[in-house]
Amino acid sequence: MSEYKAGSNLEKVLKAGHFAFTGECGPPQGANIELLKEKAGHLKGCVDAVNVTDNQTAVVRMSSWAASLVLLQEGLEPNFQMVCRDRNRLAIQSDILGVYTHGIRNMLCLSGDHQKFGDHPESKNVFDIDSMQLINTVKTMRDDGKFLNGKDIDVPPRLFIGAASNPFAEPFDFRVYRLAKKIEAGADFVQTQCIYNMDRFREFMKRAVDMGLHEKCYLLAGVTPMKSVGMARYMAKQVPGMEVPESLIKRLKGAGKGKVAEEGIKFAIEQIHEFEEMEGVAGVHLMAIEWEHRVPEIAERAGVLPRPQV
Amino acid sequence: MIVAEPKPIKELLEMVQDFNKILVIGCKGCVTVCNVGGLKEVGILASTLKIARKKDGREIEVGEHVLERQCDPEYIDEVKDIIDDYDAVISLACGVGPQFLSERYPSARIFPGVNTKFMGGAVEHGVWSERCAGCGQCVIHYFGGLCPIARCSKSLMNGPCGGSSHGKCEISDDVDCIWDIIVRKMMAQGRLDELVKFRPPKSWTTARDGGPRKMVREELVI
Repeated sequence: MSEYKAGSNLEKVLKAGHFAFTGECGPPQGANIELLKEKAGHLKGCVDAVNVTDNQTAVVRMSSWAASLVLLQEGLEPNFQMVCRDRNRLAIQSDILGVYTHGIRNMLCLSGDHQKFGDHPESKNVFDIDSMQLINTVKTMRDDGKFLNGKDIDVPPRLFIGAASNPFAEPFDFRVYRLAKKIEAGADFVQTQCIYNMDRFREFMKRAVDMGLHEKCYLLAGVTPMKSVGMARYMAKQVPGMEVPESLIKRLKGAGKGKVAEEGIKFAIEQIHEFEEMEGVAGVHLMAIEWEHRVPEIAERAGVLPRPQV
Repeated sequence: MIVAEPKPIKELLEMVQDFNKILVIGCKGCVTVCNVGGLKEVGILASTLKIARKKDGREIEVGEHVLERQCDPEYIDEVKDIIDDYDAVISLACGVGPQFLSERYPSARIFPGVNTKFMGGAVEHGVWSERCAGCGQCVIHYFGGLCPIARCSKSLMNGPCGGSSHGKCEISDDVDCIWDIIVRKMMAQGRLDELVKFRPPKSWTTARDGGPRKMVREELVI
């Protein structure tokens, strides 16, 4: 029996005690494999794994498993994302078997944005199970070798199980307990929502550490560099569960014309440095939205290169 | 109760444009309570149809009738002697009514006059809100007496999701995040231990997913 649950690069990096650095890649809105390979190329060598989003914001894109396979072929380690919005438990379990068969070893389990936000708001949603139950499904399949109906699996899939946590959504007091619940359900690692309010995140982490959650699960702090003041305002007002302090918007504005993006990157790098020192934080998940080409520079300047070979 | 809303008059006029003798049938059940298909609304619709068609120069005859309930065969029978006098019927009951009429009177042309919305109740005058999804296996006692199946946009059994913001759901500021209410209520009751308990996947066999539903209670079958 392997000492690892799944043996993914991400799991090995974390288990070896390295500060993990993961990236994100949104599949193309079409079959544009060249664009996908180009995005992947920017991330190669800079991150330990790449989270491949699953019809994010309920907009139709190349399926996350297919894009994950392309990344694998390109020599990157995908973190295959799955949402509960578009699949029932039959499709969920068969996709889990399928991705594992093709060499995928990490999976991020999410409920998914409601389709009302997306480009097919007329669609019917599924939500047969929720993200908590999805986490537990992957764990049950891996550790017990059973399907949700209790039947044995002929060669169980072994995946490193990821979950998301939003420390900023309300009710704030319950968020750390929900994180605990996800860990209890089977999460091996957790990516947080993009962090901008550092005070609130410090408080959240303190509570998580007090509960010993960092000893049961690897917590990756979510970082998304702000590209513009408009983006910061949009995140503050339009994205549910996102908290952007006015002081940050002020700081970006203060950078002056043509220098806002640089200020955004500076803030992100400061955050990464603080997370490296923060008790309980095992790594950073960098979500450079449609900014994959800036990831090498951010990684370089944050001092997280070269990535460890485990 | 079952909550419904009137279909737009334009849609109704298009539905019955080929007919000149129409019977509007109301219901004294839920649709009377939510002011959409009772005696008063039957009268208003009849008048509106007549006025609209008169304007078009194509006058019609509209009959009015209100049944005790349209979800009960014995009351549906009540119109057996008059229904053949009309070319078409508009039922102002929930989706059950026009179907009971269609089944009982195979040769009649039956049209729905309302859009059936949900099972819920009036939260204030003129405002109704959904409460039940009819999943067939009630579990609200796990959630502070509130239903996340019907009232969470994602039917989460282990909420709230990360989209909860200021007590509102991510889909709209008009929708309360039921999980916000559940969490606050249960924490205030000192029931955090129940809240952190993992709720396993629900069996949807008793819901619509299990196929069209039928209930037989042997002790009541004559």
